[in-house]
Amino acid sequence: MSNASIRTHKKRNNIINPKKLRCQLSELPVLTLEAPKAEPLNPETTPMIAIQALEFCYPKGEFKLNIPDFQVSGGEKVAVIGPSGSGKTTLLNLIAGIMTPQNGTVSVDEAQVSTLGDRERRDFRITNIGFVFQDFELLDYLNVFDNVLHPYRITGALKLDKAVRDRAESLTQDMGIGDKLKRKPNDLSHGEKQRVAICRALLPQPRLILTDEATGNLDPDNKILILDLLFKAVSDYNATLVAVTHDHELLKHFDQIVNFQEFKNMAAV
Amino acid sequence: MIDSLNIAWKYIRFNKVKTATLVACITLISFLPMALELILDESEKQLMSRAVSTPLVIGAKGSALDLVMNTLYFDDEVPELITMESAHRVMDSKLAQPIPLYVRFQARRNPIVGTTLDYFDFRNLRIAEGRQLAILGDCVLGARVAESLGLRPGDSLVTSPETLFDLAGVYPLKMKVVGVLTKSHTSDDLSVFVDLKTAWVIQGLGHGHEDVTKLQDPTLVLKRSGKNVAATAKLYQHTEITEKNIDAFHFHGDLSQYPLTAVLAVPRDDKSGTILRGRYLKREQTRQVVRPADVIDGLLQNIFRIKNVLDAVISVVALATILAIILVFALSLRLRQREIQTIFKLGCRRATIVQLMAAEIFIIAIMSAVFCGALIWMVNQFSNDLVRMLFIR
Repeated sequence: MSNASIRTHKKRNNIINPKKLRCQLSELPVLTLEAPKAEPLNPETTPMIAIQALEFCYPKGEFKLNIPDFQVSGGEKVAVIGPSGSGKTTLLNLIAGIMTPQNGTVSVDEAQVSTLGDRERRDFRITNIGFVFQDFELLDYLNVFDNVLHPYRITGALKLDKAVRDRAESLTQDMGIGDKLKRKPNDLSHGEKQRVAICRALLPQPRLILTDEATGNLDPDNKILILDLLFKAVSDYNATLVAVTHDHELLKHFDQIVNFQEFKNMAAV
Repeated sequence: MIDSLNIAWKYIRFNKVKTATLVACITLISFLPMALELILDESEKQLMSRAVSTPLVIGAKGSALDLVMNTLYFDDEVPELITMESAHRVMDSKLAQPIPLYVRFQARRNPIVGTTLDYFDFRNLRIAEGRQLAILGDCVLGARVAESLGLRPGDSLVTSPETLFDLAGVYPLKMKVVGVLTKSHTSDDLSVFVDLKTAWVIQGLGHGHEDVTKLQDPTLVLKRSGKNVAATAKLYQHTEITEKNIDAFHFHGDLSQYPLTAVLAVPRDDKSGTILRGRYLKREQTRQVVRPADVIDGLLQNIFRIKNVLDAVISVVALATILAIILVFALSLRLRQREIQTIFKLGCRRATIVQLMAAEIFIIAIMSAVFCGALIWMVNQFSNDLVRMLFIR
């Protein structure tokens, strides 16, 4: 297995010319084997996400991921792109502590997620990380409101009180699903389901928002709408967003782009 | 825990068919052995209590069980008949008090018990409304008969013909209801009591008609020889006994040869009872004396043998059901793998998942227990009737 580092593209202003970006993406060596080329950790500012010498492989060994160094500052909006099976979702799962690496460390907001105990890791995730999953992953037997409140009902780390309920109502109102609170997910459109999933992720006011193709399968108008909602949450909660996407049209809206394009060829066994 | 119960309840409500099937399985498999136990306990209680309180029964030789069931519980199955002479013999022996019984006819599906007033004292039956039997044609109703037929003293009740299509047979007798008994929670509640002679009138052994010696219509007279007049079938017979026609009622032949189904013998003491039993041991004796407790005990032994077989069958079915329920939960867990993964990914602890599953099982168990309890309560309410339906009549 060869070591690979993810080359990141940083942009200080929020608007990227798509033509220029495409040009940059094609010109850049997306993944290199040389660890020193990765951006070093800034000792003065604490990054929201810091990955060091991470090694992960699935039990059957069909896929391995090596990330020497990778960091995201607080408040940043990062897009993760790349072909299917290149490890984008795995990266999100590692950051969220859903998976633990064999070697290396994953820190989120100074907490070493990869070294926390199982219970602490779960508590940390549910209180600090809002995860919007690829296929919404709503529970079909709960109505919209119960789905949004669900994280509060499955852990003792979050306390469900009137303030939370009020916030859930307000959030669903802002997301445009305030009139559908009693409906079951099966009665909703794709866009509405996605909004419910986002509400569920945002309700605990997380410091870090991870979205796995949150705009996939949506029409262009809905894509922009969902992205706007996520960016608004980032700005409201002073959160950091890491979004896996296949949609290059949306990249111009992100601060940083992580490209797994060639990483798959180099890292897959 | 409240949240787990809340989520589990919502899952259960959403999956109604699965839940209903599981609840039905658990309810039935819990209910069946309990109901069986309850009914058998009740049957043992009912059958034995009446059997134990009846010392001896004298009847025709044959099935002791038929004799006891007819005598104690007024079963439809009529045993071989004996005669009134059997009661006289017991009386003459001075060993026991005889209480003759003639349980053969029915009135609106309720057995008519022809007996003497001694029976009411023996069974400690009291009149709740009206009066005791006094005149030919009177009847006293058991509490539940009066209740179900809506009859009170002063009303009338017509006997049911033994064979519906026997046009030449005896006409039904319209009896006068003179009293209603207090509830005794025994077969007496479901019976119509008449005097023995009224029972014989119902059979046609006693009857009432106009004076044949004064008949003018020649078509009514079959034969005249001195004082004897043989009437034709055209002669009108009274179908109701009233104050006006009661004197016209009469019995032909020797009353001691009139039929009975059994005689209850109440010995003066144990010794008298033993002596009395000894008198019926001879081979040539056409009658038998039985101790109802022994006969019912034999019946219960058979019932419990069957119950043991049923218990074994139910145990096997229960085991199969429990395995099926475990399979359903296991498959359910597999089907819910994605949901469980989602909850895990959100940050749920493993213990919470266990709690959610436990809450689901708990709710299903509680629902099953409630349904099972309701069914058991219903069986308990109707156990008396169920026992009668299953074991008596």
